[in-house]
Amino acid sequence: MAHWEHFGHDADIGVVGVGATKAEAFRQAALALTAVMTDPAGVRRLETVPIVCRAATDDLLLLEWLNTLIYEMAVRSVVFGDFEVDIAEGELRAAAHGEPVDVERHEPAVEVKGATFTALEVRQRPDGWRAQCVVDV
Amino acid sequence: MRVPGVIYGSEALVRDMDEKVREQVTHVAMLPGIQRASYAMPDAHWGYGFPIGGVAAFDPREGGVVSAGGVGFDISCGVRTLHTGLTAADVEPLKARLAQELSRSVPAGVGSHGRIHLDEREIHAMLEGGAQWAVARGYGVEADLDRIEERGRAAGAVPSAVSPRARHRQQDEMGTLGSGNHYLELQRVSEIYDDAVARAFGLSVDDVVVSIHCGSRGLGHQIGTEFLRDMAAAAPRFGVVLPDRELACAPVESEIGQRYLGAMRAGINCALANRQIITHLVRKAFATVVPRAALALLYDVSHNTCKVETHGIDGALKEVFVHRKGATRSLGPGHADLPAAFRDVGQPVLIGGTMGTASYVLVGTRESERLSFSSSCHGAGRAMSRSQALRTWQGRQVVDELAARGIIVRSPSSRGVAEEAPGAYKDVSAVVDAADAAGLSRKVARLVPLVCVKG
Repeated sequence: MAHWEHFGHDADIGVVGVGATKAEAFRQAALALTAVMTDPAGVRRLETVPIVCRAATDDLLLLEWLNTLIYEMAVRSVVFGDFEVDIAEGELRAAAHGEPVDVERHEPAVEVKGATFTALEVRQRPDGWRAQCVVDV
Repeated sequence: MRVPGVIYGSEALVRDMDEKVREQVTHVAMLPGIQRASYAMPDAHWGYGFPIGGVAAFDPREGGVVSAGGVGFDISCGVRTLHTGLTAADVEPLKARLAQELSRSVPAGVGSHGRIHLDEREIHAMLEGGAQWAVARGYGVEADLDRIEERGRAAGAVPSAVSPRARHRQQDEMGTLGSGNHYLELQRVSEIYDDAVARAFGLSVDDVVVSIHCGSRGLGHQIGTEFLRDMAAAAPRFGVVLPDRELACAPVESEIGQRYLGAMRAGINCALANRQIITHLVRKAFATVVPRAALALLYDVSHNTCKVETHGIDGALKEVFVHRKGATRSLGPGHADLPAAFRDVGQPVLIGGTMGTASYVLVGTRESERLSFSSSCHGAGRAMSRSQALRTWQGRQVVDELAARGIIVRSPSSRGVAEEAPGAYKDVSAVVDAADAAGLSRKVARLVPLVCVKG
Protein backbone atom coordinates (compact mmCIF):
# COMPACT_ATOMS: atom_id res chain seq x y z
CA MET A 1 0.00 0.00 0.00
CA ALA A 2 2.88 2.32 0.77
CA HIS A 3 4.28 3.68 -2.46
CA TRP A 4 5.56 6.73 -4.27
CA GLU A 5 4.46 8.41 -7.51
CA HIS A 6 5.45 11.18 -9.85
CA PHE A 7 3.09 13.52 -11.62
CA GLY A 8 3.81 15.90 -14.46
CA HIS A 9 3.94 19.64 -14.01
CA ASP A 10 5.07 21.43 -17.10
CA ALA A 11 8.79 22.02 -16.80
CA ASP A 12 9.06 20.42 -13.38
CA ILE A 13 7.88 17.31 -11.58
CA GLY A 14 5.52 16.38 -8.77
CA VAL A 15 6.53 13.93 -6.04
CA VAL A 16 3.97 11.98 -4.03
CA GLY A 17 4.38 9.69 -1.05
CA VAL A 18 1.56 7.46 0.16
CA GLY A 19 1.58 5.48 3.40
CA ALA A 20 -0.47 4.17 6.31
CA THR A 21 1.14 6.78 8.54
CA LYS A 22 2.26 10.36 7.98
CA ALA A 23 5.86 9.32 8.54
CA GLU A 24 5.59 6.58 5.94
CA ALA A 25 4.08 9.03 3.44
CA PHE A 26 7.02 11.39 4.07
CA ARG A 27 9.42 8.49 3.62
CA GLN A 28 7.81 7.59 0.32
CA ALA A 29 7.89 11.23 -0.81
CA ALA A 30 11.65 11.20 -0.18
CA LEU A 31 11.98 8.09 -2.36
CA ALA A 32 9.98 9.89 -5.03
CA LEU A 33 12.43 12.78 -4.72
CA THR A 34 15.41 10.48 -5.29
CA ALA A 35 13.60 8.84 -8.17
CA VAL A 36 13.58 12.19 -9.99
CA MET A 37 17.33 11.73 -10.28
CA THR A 38 17.87 7.99 -10.18
CA ASP A 39 16.25 4.68 -9.23
CA PRO A 40 16.34 4.47 -5.42
CA ALA A 41 16.83 0.71 -5.70
CA GLY A 42 20.21 1.35 -7.31
CA VAL A 43 21.49 3.34 -4.35
CA ARG A 44 23.59 1.46 -1.82
CA ARG A 45 23.49 2.07 1.95
CA LEU A 46 27.06 3.17 2.52
CA GLU A 47 26.55 6.22 4.65
CA THR A 48 23.85 7.64 6.91
CA VAL A 49 22.97 11.26 7.53
CA PRO A 50 20.78 12.16 10.52
CA ILE A 51 18.12 14.75 9.71
CA VAL A 52 16.04 16.83 12.09
CA CYS A 53 13.55 19.44 10.96
CA ARG A 54 10.61 21.30 12.35
CA ALA A 55 7.71 23.31 10.97
CA ALA A 56 4.43 24.73 12.17
CA THR A 57 2.23 22.66 9.88
CA ASP A 58 2.41 19.29 8.14
CA ASP A 59 2.74 20.76 4.66
CA LEU A 60 5.52 23.14 5.69
CA LEU A 61 7.19 20.16 7.38
CA LEU A 62 7.10 18.26 4.07
CA LEU A 63 8.78 21.24 2.39
CA GLU A 64 11.44 21.40 5.11
CA TRP A 65 12.04 17.65 4.84
CA LEU A 66 12.43 17.60 1.09
CA ASN A 67 14.47 20.82 0.96
CA THR A 68 16.78 19.48 3.67
CA LEU A 69 17.32 16.30 1.66
CA ILE A 70 17.96 18.36 -1.49
CA TYR A 71 20.50 20.45 0.40
CA GLU A 72 22.27 17.46 2.02
CA MET A 73 22.50 15.56 -1.27
CA ALA A 74 23.91 18.63 -2.99
CA VAL A 75 26.56 19.54 -0.44
CA ARG A 76 27.67 15.96 0.23
CA SER A 77 27.40 14.93 -3.44
CA VAL A 78 25.48 11.85 -2.36
CA VAL A 79 22.19 10.34 -3.33
CA PHE A 80 19.87 8.86 -0.70
CA GLY A 81 18.11 5.57 -1.43
CA ASP A 82 16.34 4.75 1.81
CA PHE A 83 15.12 6.43 4.95
CA GLU A 84 13.75 5.86 8.42
CA VAL A 85 11.37 8.63 9.38
CA ASP A 86 9.67 9.55 12.61
CA ILE A 87 7.32 12.50 13.10
CA ALA A 88 6.05 13.76 16.45
CA GLU A 89 4.57 17.13 17.38
CA GLY A 90 5.80 19.03 14.36
CA GLU A 91 9.30 17.58 14.52
CA LEU A 92 10.66 15.14 11.99
CA ARG A 93 13.64 12.93 12.84
CA ALA A 94 15.11 10.77 10.16
CA ALA A 95 18.07 8.74 9.04
CA ALA A 96 18.88 9.12 5.34
CA HIS A 97 20.94 6.31 3.85
CA GLY A 98 22.88 6.53 0.63
CA GLU A 99 26.19 6.71 -1.16
CA PRO A 100 28.32 9.16 -3.13
CA VAL A 101 26.88 9.93 -6.55
CA ASP A 102 28.37 7.59 -9.12
CA VAL A 103 27.64 9.20 -12.47
CA GLU A 104 28.15 6.01 -14.44
CA ARG A 105 26.05 3.79 -12.23
CA HIS A 106 23.32 6.21 -11.15
CA GLU A 107 23.16 8.24 -14.39
CA PRO A 108 21.41 11.08 -12.55
CA ALA A 109 18.82 12.53 -14.90
CA VAL A 110 18.53 16.02 -13.47
CA GLU A 111 19.34 18.08 -10.40
CA VAL A 112 16.48 19.10 -8.11
CA LYS A 113 16.71 22.80 -7.30
CA GLY A 114 14.10 22.97 -4.55
CA ALA A 115 10.69 21.82 -3.32
CA THR A 116 7.89 24.30 -3.96
CA PHE A 117 4.47 25.33 -2.68
CA THR A 118 2.90 24.11 -5.92
CA ALA A 119 0.40 21.30 -5.29
CA LEU A 120 1.78 21.15 -1.74
CA GLU A 121 -0.45 18.98 0.39
CA VAL A 122 -0.26 16.57 3.29
CA ARG A 123 -3.57 14.88 3.89
CA GLN A 124 -4.98 11.89 5.66
CA ARG A 125 -7.53 10.04 3.53
CA PRO A 126 -9.48 6.85 4.25
CA ASP A 127 -6.86 4.86 2.37
CA GLY A 128 -3.88 6.44 4.11
CA TRP A 129 -1.71 9.54 4.23
CA ARG A 130 -0.65 11.36 1.10
CA ALA A 131 2.22 13.86 0.99
CA GLN A 132 2.98 15.70 -2.23
CA CYS A 133 4.43 18.77 -3.86
CA VAL A 134 6.11 19.90 -7.06
CA VAL A 135 9.89 20.13 -7.13
CA ASP A 136 11.76 22.50 -9.40
CA VAL A 137 14.31 20.84 -11.68
CA MET B 1 -6.85 43.36 -10.22
CA ARG B 2 -5.14 46.70 -9.77
CA VAL B 3 -3.91 46.78 -13.38
CA PRO B 4 -4.88 44.88 -16.53
CA GLY B 5 -3.29 41.60 -17.51
CA VAL B 6 -1.63 41.61 -20.94
CA ILE B 7 -0.67 38.38 -22.68
CA TYR B 8 1.40 38.57 -25.85
CA GLY B 9 1.24 35.79 -28.41
CA SER B 10 -0.15 34.55 -31.69
CA GLU B 11 -3.67 33.14 -31.55
CA ALA B 12 -2.28 29.61 -31.62
CA LEU B 13 0.17 30.26 -28.80
CA VAL B 14 -2.40 31.98 -26.60
CA ARG B 15 -4.97 29.22 -27.20
CA ASP B 16 -2.33 26.69 -26.30
CA MET B 17 -1.36 28.37 -23.03
CA ASP B 18 -2.43 26.49 -19.93
CA GLU B 19 -5.24 28.07 -17.89
CA LYS B 20 -2.83 28.71 -15.02
CA VAL B 21 -1.15 31.44 -17.10
CA ARG B 22 -4.32 33.53 -17.05
CA GLU B 23 -4.82 32.78 -13.36
CA GLN B 24 -1.24 33.71 -12.43
CA VAL B 25 -1.20 36.86 -14.58
CA THR B 26 -4.39 37.87 -12.73
CA HIS B 27 -2.93 37.13 -9.30
CA VAL B 28 0.20 39.16 -10.04
CA ALA B 29 -2.05 42.03 -11.12
CA MET B 30 -3.50 42.05 -7.60
CA LEU B 31 -0.20 42.74 -5.86
CA PRO B 32 0.42 46.11 -4.20
CA GLY B 33 2.24 48.80 -6.15
CA ILE B 34 2.09 47.05 -9.52
CA GLN B 35 2.51 49.46 -12.44
CA ARG B 36 0.78 49.62 -15.79
CA ALA B 37 0.03 45.92 -16.36
CA SER B 38 0.83 42.33 -15.43
CA TYR B 39 2.50 40.95 -18.56
CA ALA B 40 3.01 37.50 -20.02
CA MET B 41 5.37 36.83 -22.90
CA PRO B 42 4.53 34.58 -25.90
CA ASP B 43 6.23 31.60 -24.21
CA ALA B 44 4.29 31.94 -20.96
CA HIS B 45 3.45 28.84 -18.97
CA TRP B 46 2.58 27.74 -15.45
CA GLY B 47 5.17 28.93 -12.94
CA TYR B 48 5.45 29.56 -9.19
CA GLY B 49 3.10 32.41 -8.38
CA PHE B 50 4.34 34.34 -11.40
CA PRO B 51 3.91 32.61 -14.72
CA ILE B 52 7.16 31.66 -16.41
CA GLY B 53 7.37 34.39 -19.04
CA GLY B 54 5.90 36.87 -16.55
CA VAL B 55 6.91 40.52 -16.28
CA ALA B 56 5.73 42.90 -13.57
CA ALA B 57 7.05 46.19 -12.21
CA PHE B 58 6.38 47.61 -8.76
CA ASP B 59 6.77 51.10 -7.29
CA PRO B 60 7.95 51.05 -3.67
CA ARG B 61 6.37 54.46 -3.11
CA GLU B 62 3.01 52.82 -3.70
CA GLY B 63 3.74 49.93 -1.36
CA GLY B 64 5.26 47.94 -4.21
CA VAL B 65 6.57 44.46 -3.50
CA VAL B 66 9.47 42.28 -4.42
CA SER B 67 8.71 38.60 -4.96
CA ALA B 68 11.04 35.63 -4.71
CA GLY B 69 8.57 33.73 -6.90
CA GLY B 70 8.84 36.49 -9.47
CA VAL B 71 12.53 35.71 -9.88
CA GLY B 72 12.52 31.96 -9.35
CA PHE B 73 14.82 29.21 -8.13
CA ASP B 74 17.50 29.85 -10.70
CA ILE B 75 18.35 33.49 -10.09
CA SER B 76 19.81 35.15 -13.17
CA CYS B 77 19.62 32.05 -15.30
CA GLY B 78 20.55 33.32 -18.73
CA VAL B 79 22.28 32.84 -22.03
CA ARG B 80 25.71 33.96 -23.13
CA THR B 81 26.85 33.73 -26.73
CA LEU B 82 30.46 33.91 -27.91
CA HIS B 83 31.84 34.35 -31.40
CA THR B 84 34.56 31.88 -32.42
CA GLY B 85 35.92 33.50 -35.58
CA LEU B 86 35.37 30.12 -37.28
CA THR B 87 32.95 28.94 -39.94
CA ALA B 88 30.95 25.73 -40.10
CA ALA B 89 33.44 24.39 -42.66
CA ASP B 90 36.33 25.07 -40.26
CA VAL B 91 34.56 23.30 -37.41
CA GLU B 92 33.10 20.26 -39.17
CA PRO B 93 36.30 18.15 -39.19
CA LEU B 94 36.97 19.15 -35.56
CA LYS B 95 33.45 18.72 -34.19
CA ALA B 96 34.04 15.44 -32.42
CA ARG B 97 37.23 16.68 -30.79
CA LEU B 98 35.55 19.90 -29.72
CA ALA B 99 32.63 17.95 -28.27
CA GLN B 100 35.08 15.80 -26.34
CA GLU B 101 37.15 18.73 -25.10
CA LEU B 102 34.15 20.88 -24.14
CA SER B 103 32.43 18.12 -22.19
CA ARG B 104 35.73 17.34 -20.47
CA SER B 105 36.40 20.98 -19.60
CA VAL B 106 33.03 22.10 -18.29
CA PRO B 107 31.63 19.99 -15.44
CA ALA B 108 27.95 19.27 -16.02
CA GLY B 109 25.23 17.29 -14.27
CA VAL B 110 24.61 15.90 -10.81
CA GLY B 111 27.78 14.45 -9.35
CA SER B 112 30.05 16.76 -11.33
CA HIS B 113 32.36 19.03 -9.41
CA GLY B 114 33.72 22.44 -10.17
CA ARG B 115 37.47 22.76 -10.08
CA ILE B 116 37.46 26.20 -8.50
CA HIS B 117 37.00 26.30 -4.75
CA LEU B 118 36.55 29.63 -3.04
CA ASP B 119 37.28 30.36 0.59
CA GLU B 120 34.97 32.56 2.65
CA ARG B 121 36.69 35.78 1.62
CA GLU B 122 36.62 34.93 -2.07
CA ILE B 123 32.96 33.87 -1.93
CA HIS B 124 32.21 37.29 -0.46
CA ALA B 125 34.20 38.99 -3.23
CA MET B 126 32.50 36.90 -5.90
CA LEU B 127 29.01 37.66 -4.58
CA GLU B 128 29.86 41.34 -4.52
CA GLY B 129 31.74 41.52 -7.82
CA GLY B 130 30.12 39.05 -10.22
CA ALA B 131 31.83 38.82 -13.61
CA GLN B 132 34.03 41.78 -12.68
CA TRP B 133 35.40 39.68 -9.83
CA ALA B 134 35.94 36.78 -12.22
CA VAL B 135 37.84 38.88 -14.76
CA ALA B 136 40.01 40.35 -11.98
CA ARG B 137 40.86 36.76 -11.00
CA GLY B 138 41.95 35.91 -14.52
CA TYR B 139 38.76 34.35 -15.90
CA GLY B 140 38.34 36.29 -19.11
CA VAL B 141 39.25 39.80 -20.16
CA GLU B 142 38.12 43.33 -19.38
CA ALA B 143 36.51 43.60 -22.83
CA ASP B 144 34.07 40.84 -21.85
CA LEU B 145 32.46 43.15 -19.30
CA ASP B 146 31.27 45.56 -22.00
CA ARG B 147 29.12 42.76 -23.37
CA ILE B 148 27.31 41.79 -20.18
CA GLU B 149 24.22 43.50 -18.75
CA GLU B 150 25.23 45.98 -16.05
CA ARG B 151 28.86 45.30 -17.05
CA GLY B 152 28.75 41.98 -15.26
CA ARG B 153 28.00 43.20 -11.76
CA ALA B 154 24.68 43.77 -9.99
CA ALA B 155 25.00 46.75 -7.69
CA GLY B 156 23.54 46.50 -4.21
CA ALA B 157 24.50 42.88 -3.57
CA VAL B 158 24.66 42.05 0.13
CA PRO B 159 26.77 38.90 0.53
CA SER B 160 25.91 38.67 4.23
CA ALA B 161 22.24 38.23 3.25
CA VAL B 162 23.21 34.95 1.59
CA SER B 163 22.87 32.17 4.13
CA PRO B 164 25.71 29.83 5.12
CA ARG B 165 23.69 26.99 3.56
CA ALA B 166 23.56 28.78 0.23
CA ARG B 167 27.29 29.44 0.27
CA HIS B 168 28.00 25.85 1.28
CA ARG B 169 25.80 24.58 -1.54
CA GLN B 170 27.90 26.58 -4.01
CA GLN B 171 31.25 25.30 -2.81
CA ASP B 172 31.71 22.63 -5.48
CA GLU B 173 29.70 24.37 -8.15
CA MET B 174 31.71 27.34 -9.43
CA GLY B 175 32.23 26.89 -13.14
CA THR B 176 29.66 24.12 -13.56
CA LEU B 177 26.82 23.92 -16.06
CA GLY B 178 24.04 22.30 -14.06
CA SER B 179 21.52 19.99 -15.66
CA GLY B 180 17.99 19.85 -17.04
CA ASN B 181 17.47 22.49 -19.70
CA HIS B 182 20.95 23.98 -19.23
CA TYR B 183 23.40 23.50 -22.06
CA LEU B 184 26.66 24.45 -23.71
CA GLU B 185 26.25 24.46 -27.48
CA LEU B 186 28.32 24.99 -30.55
CA GLN B 187 25.98 26.55 -33.09
CA ARG B 188 26.02 27.60 -36.73
CA VAL B 189 24.35 30.76 -37.97
CA SER B 190 21.92 29.30 -40.50
CA GLU B 191 19.93 32.37 -41.45
CA ILE B 192 20.10 36.13 -41.14
CA TYR B 193 16.87 38.12 -40.98
CA ASP B 194 18.26 41.62 -40.54
CA ASP B 195 21.52 42.34 -42.37
CA ALA B 196 22.25 45.67 -40.73
CA VAL B 197 21.77 44.46 -37.16
CA ALA B 198 23.57 41.20 -37.89
CA ARG B 199 26.54 43.27 -39.08
CA ALA B 200 26.45 45.31 -35.88
CA PHE B 201 26.38 42.06 -33.90
CA GLY B 202 29.19 40.61 -36.01
CA LEU B 203 27.14 37.68 -37.28
CA SER B 204 27.20 36.18 -40.78
CA VAL B 205 25.70 33.00 -42.21
CA ASP B 206 27.88 29.96 -41.45
CA ASP B 207 29.61 31.63 -38.51
CA VAL B 208 30.08 29.30 -35.59
CA VAL B 209 29.20 30.59 -32.12
CA VAL B 210 29.17 29.08 -28.65
CA SER B 211 26.17 29.52 -26.37
CA ILE B 212 26.03 28.83 -22.64
CA HIS B 213 22.71 28.51 -20.81
CA CYS B 214 22.91 28.28 -17.03
CA GLY B 215 22.36 30.30 -13.86
CA SER B 216 23.37 30.77 -10.26
CA ARG B 217 23.63 27.07 -9.43
CA GLY B 218 23.16 25.81 -5.91
CA LEU B 219 23.58 29.21 -4.30
CA GLY B 220 20.73 30.69 -6.31
CA HIS B 221 18.51 27.65 -5.73
CA GLN B 222 19.08 27.84 -1.99
CA ILE B 223 18.33 31.58 -1.88
CA GLY B 224 15.11 30.94 -3.81
CA THR B 225 14.13 28.07 -1.50
CA GLU B 226 14.74 30.03 1.69
CA PHE B 227 13.12 33.29 0.71
CA LEU B 228 10.06 31.66 -0.87
CA ARG B 229 9.48 29.99 2.47
CA ASP B 230 10.27 33.09 4.55
CA MET B 231 8.27 35.51 2.42
CA ALA B 232 5.24 33.21 2.49
CA ALA B 233 5.47 33.12 6.27
CA ALA B 234 5.93 36.89 6.53
CA ALA B 235 3.13 37.92 4.16
CA PRO B 236 0.37 38.15 6.80
CA ARG B 237 2.57 40.59 8.76
CA PHE B 238 2.34 43.06 5.88
CA GLY B 239 -1.34 42.62 5.34
CA VAL B 240 -0.58 41.13 1.95
CA VAL B 241 -3.27 38.63 1.18
CA LEU B 242 -1.63 36.17 -1.13
CA PRO B 243 -4.12 34.75 -3.61
CA ASP B 244 -1.57 31.97 -3.95
CA ARG B 245 1.16 31.03 -1.44
CA GLU B 246 3.72 30.81 -4.21
CA LEU B 247 3.28 34.48 -4.91
CA ALA B 248 5.34 34.97 -1.76
CA CYS B 249 6.40 38.58 -1.69
CA ALA B 250 7.18 41.44 0.69
CA PRO B 251 7.15 45.22 0.42
CA VAL B 252 10.38 46.47 -1.15
CA GLU B 253 10.79 48.77 1.85
CA SER B 254 10.46 45.95 4.41
CA GLU B 255 13.40 44.30 6.15
CA ILE B 256 12.80 40.98 4.44
CA GLY B 257 12.25 42.70 1.11
CA GLN B 258 15.58 44.49 1.40
CA ARG B 259 17.31 41.35 2.58
CA TYR B 260 15.94 39.42 -0.39
CA LEU B 261 17.10 42.12 -2.81
CA GLY B 262 20.59 41.98 -1.29
CA ALA B 263 20.70 38.20 -1.55
CA MET B 264 19.12 38.09 -5.02
CA ARG B 265 21.68 40.57 -6.35
CA ALA B 266 24.42 38.42 -4.88
CA GLY B 267 22.77 35.53 -6.70
CA ILE B 268 22.88 37.50 -9.95
CA ASN B 269 26.59 38.07 -9.39
CA CYS B 270 27.09 34.37 -8.77
CA ALA B 271 25.42 33.54 -12.09
CA LEU B 272 27.45 36.15 -13.96
CA ALA B 273 30.67 34.94 -12.34
CA ASN B 274 29.72 31.37 -13.21
CA ARG B 275 29.12 32.10 -16.89
CA GLN B 276 32.38 34.08 -16.92
CA ILE B 277 34.32 31.13 -15.50
CA ILE B 278 32.67 28.76 -17.97
CA THR B 279 33.67 31.16 -20.76
CA HIS B 280 37.27 30.86 -19.59
CA LEU B 281 37.00 27.06 -19.58
CA VAL B 282 35.47 27.08 -23.07
CA ARG B 283 38.27 29.31 -24.38
CA LYS B 284 40.85 26.92 -22.94
CA ALA B 285 39.08 23.96 -24.54
CA PHE B 286 39.08 25.71 -27.91
CA ALA B 287 42.74 26.63 -27.55
CA THR B 288 43.71 22.97 -27.38
CA VAL B 289 41.74 22.05 -30.51
CA VAL B 290 41.69 25.23 -32.63
CA PRO B 291 44.40 27.58 -31.39
CA ARG B 292 43.49 30.27 -33.93
CA ALA B 293 39.91 30.58 -32.60
CA ALA B 294 39.15 33.92 -30.96
CA LEU B 295 36.18 33.68 -28.64
CA ALA B 296 34.93 37.22 -28.20
CA LEU B 297 31.73 37.71 -26.25
CA LEU B 298 28.69 38.77 -28.26
CA TYR B 299 26.39 39.30 -25.25
CA ASP B 300 25.20 37.84 -21.96
CA VAL B 301 21.52 38.16 -20.96
CA SER B 302 19.69 37.03 -17.86
CA HIS B 303 16.05 35.97 -17.77
CA ASN B 304 15.23 35.48 -14.07
CA THR B 305 15.85 38.75 -12.26
CA CYS B 306 14.39 41.74 -10.45
CA LYS B 307 16.08 44.98 -11.49
CA VAL B 308 15.58 48.61 -10.55
CA GLU B 309 14.90 50.54 -13.74
CA THR B 310 13.50 53.89 -14.79
CA HIS B 311 10.42 53.73 -16.98
CA GLY B 312 7.85 56.19 -18.23
CA ILE B 313 4.56 55.53 -16.44
CA ASP B 314 1.51 57.80 -16.70
CA GLY B 315 3.58 60.61 -18.15
CA ALA B 316 6.23 60.53 -15.42
CA LEU B 317 9.58 58.79 -15.05
CA LYS B 318 9.44 56.31 -12.21
CA GLU B 319 12.04 54.08 -10.64
CA VAL B 320 10.44 50.66 -10.43
CA PHE B 321 11.39 47.10 -9.52
CA VAL B 322 10.97 45.08 -12.69
CA HIS B 323 10.56 41.32 -12.24
CA ARG B 324 11.33 39.19 -15.28
CA LYS B 325 10.64 35.54 -14.62
CA GLY B 326 11.64 33.59 -17.72
CA ALA B 327 11.70 36.83 -19.67
CA THR B 328 14.66 38.66 -21.20
CA ARG B 329 15.31 42.37 -21.17
CA SER B 330 15.05 43.86 -24.63
CA LEU B 331 16.55 47.36 -24.71
CA GLY B 332 16.08 49.18 -28.00
CA PRO B 333 18.36 51.52 -29.94
CA GLY B 334 19.47 54.66 -28.15
CA HIS B 335 19.14 53.29 -24.65
CA ALA B 336 21.78 54.67 -22.30
CA ASP B 337 22.48 51.28 -20.73
CA LEU B 338 23.60 49.71 -24.00
CA PRO B 339 27.26 49.07 -24.75
CA ALA B 340 28.61 51.49 -27.38
CA ALA B 341 28.73 48.74 -30.00
CA PHE B 342 24.94 48.28 -29.83
CA ARG B 343 23.71 51.78 -29.12
CA ASP B 344 22.53 52.33 -32.67
CA VAL B 345 20.70 49.05 -33.05
CA GLY B 346 19.60 47.75 -29.64
CA GLN B 347 20.78 44.85 -27.50
CA PRO B 348 21.08 41.22 -28.57
CA VAL B 349 18.27 39.14 -27.09
CA LEU B 350 19.44 35.53 -26.95
CA ILE B 351 16.70 32.92 -27.10
CA GLY B 352 17.54 29.30 -26.42
CA GLY B 353 15.95 26.49 -28.39
CA THR B 354 16.40 22.73 -28.05
CA MET B 355 19.35 20.58 -29.06
CA GLY B 356 17.45 19.48 -32.12
CA THR B 357 15.85 22.65 -33.34
CA ALA B 358 17.21 26.15 -33.31
CA SER B 359 18.08 29.08 -31.11
CA TYR B 360 17.65 32.68 -32.09
CA VAL B 361 19.36 36.01 -31.78
CA LEU B 362 16.86 38.85 -31.64
CA VAL B 363 17.37 42.58 -31.09
CA GLY B 364 15.67 44.82 -28.55
CA THR B 365 13.20 47.44 -29.70
CA ARG B 366 12.26 50.94 -28.58
CA GLU B 367 8.59 50.03 -28.53
CA SER B 368 9.16 47.19 -26.05
CA GLU B 369 9.52 49.88 -23.41
CA ARG B 370 5.86 50.83 -23.54
CA LEU B 371 4.74 47.30 -24.46
CA SER B 372 6.41 45.30 -21.72
CA PHE B 373 8.91 47.39 -19.72
CA SER B 374 11.50 46.46 -22.35
CA SER B 375 11.00 42.72 -22.08
CA SER B 376 10.76 39.79 -24.44
CA CYS B 377 10.52 36.00 -24.30
CA HIS B 378 13.29 33.61 -23.26
CA GLY B 379 12.65 30.28 -24.97
CA ALA B 380 9.86 27.81 -25.56
CA GLY B 381 8.44 25.88 -22.66
CA ARG B 382 7.95 22.15 -22.49
CA ALA B 383 5.26 20.48 -24.55
CA MET B 384 5.19 17.41 -22.31
CA SER B 385 6.24 16.36 -18.84
CA ARG B 386 9.55 14.66 -18.09
CA SER B 387 7.78 11.38 -17.33
CA GLN B 388 5.97 11.47 -20.63
CA ALA B 389 9.17 12.28 -22.50
CA LEU B 390 10.80 9.29 -20.81
CA ARG B 391 7.94 7.06 -21.97
CA THR B 392 8.22 8.41 -25.51
CA TRP B 393 11.96 8.37 -26.15
CA GLN B 394 15.14 6.52 -25.24
CA GLY B 395 18.22 8.62 -24.61
CA ARG B 396 20.33 6.51 -26.94
CA GLN B 397 17.76 6.87 -29.71
CA VAL B 398 17.71 10.67 -29.34
CA VAL B 399 21.50 10.86 -29.43
CA ASP B 400 21.68 8.64 -32.52
CA GLU B 401 18.98 10.56 -34.36
CA LEU B 402 20.69 13.85 -33.70
CA ALA B 403 24.07 12.39 -34.68
CA ALA B 404 22.55 11.34 -38.00
CA ARG B 405 21.68 15.00 -38.51
CA GLY B 406 25.22 16.06 -37.71
CA ILE B 407 24.56 17.12 -34.11
CA ILE B 408 26.84 15.64 -31.46
CA VAL B 409 25.25 15.37 -28.01
CA ARG B 410 27.38 14.74 -24.94
CA SER B 411 25.58 13.94 -21.70
CA PRO B 412 26.36 11.79 -18.67
CA SER B 413 22.75 10.64 -18.44
CA SER B 414 20.78 8.75 -21.04
CA ARG B 415 17.59 9.37 -19.10
CA GLY B 416 18.43 13.06 -18.90
CA VAL B 417 18.74 13.20 -22.69
CA ALA B 418 15.36 11.52 -23.14
CA GLU B 419 13.73 14.01 -20.79
CA GLU B 420 15.35 16.83 -22.79
CA ALA B 421 14.42 15.39 -26.19
CA PRO B 422 13.68 18.13 -28.75
CA GLY B 423 10.14 16.82 -29.21
CA ALA B 424 9.43 17.42 -25.52
CA TYR B 425 9.57 21.16 -26.11
CA LYS B 426 7.25 23.56 -27.84
CA ASP B 427 8.18 25.27 -31.06
CA VAL B 428 10.51 28.15 -30.21
CA SER B 429 10.18 29.52 -33.75
CA ALA B 430 6.52 30.26 -33.11
CA VAL B 431 7.44 32.06 -29.89
CA VAL B 432 10.13 34.13 -31.58
CA ASP B 433 7.83 35.01 -34.49
CA ALA B 434 5.20 36.16 -32.03
CA ALA B 435 7.70 38.28 -30.09
CA ASP B 436 8.77 39.84 -33.38
CA ALA B 437 5.21 40.47 -34.54
CA ALA B 438 4.33 42.05 -31.19
CA GLY B 439 7.32 44.37 -31.38
CA LEU B 440 8.94 43.03 -28.21
CA SER B 441 12.13 42.17 -30.08
CA ARG B 442 12.99 41.53 -33.74
CA LYS B 443 14.57 38.51 -35.38
CA VAL B 444 18.19 38.88 -36.41
CA ALA B 445 19.63 35.39 -36.82
CA ARG B 446 18.82 31.72 -36.49
CA LEU B 447 21.34 29.35 -34.94
CA VAL B 448 21.35 25.59 -35.36
CA PRO B 449 23.19 23.22 -33.02
CA LEU B 450 26.36 21.38 -34.01
CA VAL B 451 27.48 20.16 -30.59
CA CYS B 452 25.42 20.07 -27.43
CA VAL B 453 26.85 19.41 -23.98
CA LYS B 454 24.20 18.63 -21.38
CA GLY B 455 24.32 17.85 -17.68
